[in-house]
Amino acid sequence: MTAASSKIPSLSGIASRSGPSPSALDAPVKIGVDAMNFYYGEKRALDGISIQIRANLVTAFIGPSGCGKSTFLRTLNRMNDIIPGTRVEGTVRIDGESIYDPGVDVVQLRRKVGMVFQKSNPFPKSIFENIAYGLRINGLTTSKAEMADRVEESLRQAAIWDEVKDRLHESALALSGGQQQRLCIARALAIKPEILLMDEPASALDPIATQRIEELVYELKKNYTIVIVTHNMQQAARVSDFTAFFWLGRLVEFGRTDKIFTAPQEKLTEDYVTGRCG
Amino acid sequence: MRKRADLIFQIVSLSTLVIALSALAALIYDIVKDGASRLSWPFITNIASRNANEAGVYHALMGSIWVIALTGALALPVGVAAAIYLEEYGSRSRLARFIELNIANLAAVPSIIYGLLGLGLFVRLMGMGQSVLAGAATLALLALPVVILSTREALRTVPKSIREGSYALGATKWQTIWHQVLPMAMPGVLTGLILALSRSIGETAPLITIGALTYIPFAPDSVWSKFTVLPIQVFNWVSRPQTDFKANAAAGILVLLALLLSMNAIAIIVRDRYQRQGRA
Repeated sequence: MTAASSKIPSLSGIASRSGPSPSALDAPVKIGVDAMNFYYGEKRALDGISIQIRANLVTAFIGPSGCGKSTFLRTLNRMNDIIPGTRVEGTVRIDGESIYDPGVDVVQLRRKVGMVFQKSNPFPKSIFENIAYGLRINGLTTSKAEMADRVEESLRQAAIWDEVKDRLHESALALSGGQQQRLCIARALAIKPEILLMDEPASALDPIATQRIEELVYELKKNYTIVIVTHNMQQAARVSDFTAFFWLGRLVEFGRTDKIFTAPQEKLTEDYVTGRCG
Repeated sequence: MRKRADLIFQIVSLSTLVIALSALAALIYDIVKDGASRLSWPFITNIASRNANEAGVYHALMGSIWVIALTGALALPVGVAAAIYLEEYGSRSRLARFIELNIANLAAVPSIIYGLLGLGLFVRLMGMGQSVLAGAATLALLALPVVILSTREALRTVPKSIREGSYALGATKWQTIWHQVLPMAMPGVLTGLILALSRSIGETAPLITIGALTYIPFAPDSVWSKFTVLPIQVFNWVSRPQTDFKANAAAGILVLLALLLSMNAIAIIVRDRYQRQGRA
């Protein structure tokens, strides 16, 4: 991605491909965040984030490295809980329920809010076992036949079934990078989450594998609320309905993707999306 | 100049390696020279005897196998459980740090001290007597620090991405450890266990301390049996004045070496199987 290739006119052209009808943009709020601060020890990494993420749409987080977009994504399924010394202030609500309340079962939350990571992280087991793991630990299937069905369904949803159906019991690590990432998406889908968080899911992939992931995102938003972090602004423009621009731990601007890329309200946003800074 | 330093360093490293290996080779040569002639199938299957030419290692060999198998069975679960607690659950608590420091110290305690502990704790206080169980429990104490330390190392090498992948699917901490982390750490855990058991199998002092016998007329048939082990048998033979028994001692050492190597071979096969599970 170079400054020259991210000029506004070309981006708006791409953005319109996935552009939703105006009425779809009024979808109900799925994730509501209000005045959230996040700390690594003493260091404040996120500062007063408020955002409303709508159901069954794709919301992209963009911004330079270290701006807090991945950290913010990880607060939405409390993944930062496993990092010692982290702390959250403010509220994060999913379907109206505050997920940082003391009584909240983090395990239940993560079942509802799936996650795909930057670097594909298949378990060193067979392809089948990678998918079956989530079903098994959550006790979601009762029979072998049902397990096989759910595994197939998930792999089909992630558009990888045809490539792996004859080798389900081979190691997942033998797959290519792009296949591994789609396997990880299938794994996340198997436990039927409502929200799918994707942390730069295509950053380590070649253009063709990236395109497949993007097509998948477009396909999946019918059934899932998707939040995707990306470094690649064309990608944000192509796949998302809403875009949030982060800068130094702050949410600078949030709005419809076509607006962010063609008529940003903030000078900083404009400089970033046109490649003048960041 | 820098190139010459490089060359000198290479020569120095190589020669230290040669010195170390030739000492080992000399030792093995010496033992083989003394013992090979005595090594025969009857030597394995015969029991101890007053007559050097009829004496065999059968009881001691069986004793060693019993003790070492039981030592592994005790040290592995306890050591792994302790390491999981220290690494995954209590890693930042003051207590865990205190325990960690002391485990490193325990690894350096002379084995005869463990023998004294075993005598007081297992043989007398817990009433196990001079049994295989008491011997194995004592050796397990000796093996534990190594197992714990190597398990912690192994747990640390499991990538964070695997843990996160598991948590993201709604796994609990225990499910993550049991289904993902521990299987990936298993090759490292087994390497530690091999090291620990290799040391234990040659131990003599702690077993003599707890009262293992130098002569028994039977092989162990349960964990409550009295027993002897190969190093004690060898020690017994070495201390005899007759030269014929010296040959027996050398042959006994060869049997011990063979046992050690086959034990390691089994462990390496098991380890490779775990490692292959991940790869294609």
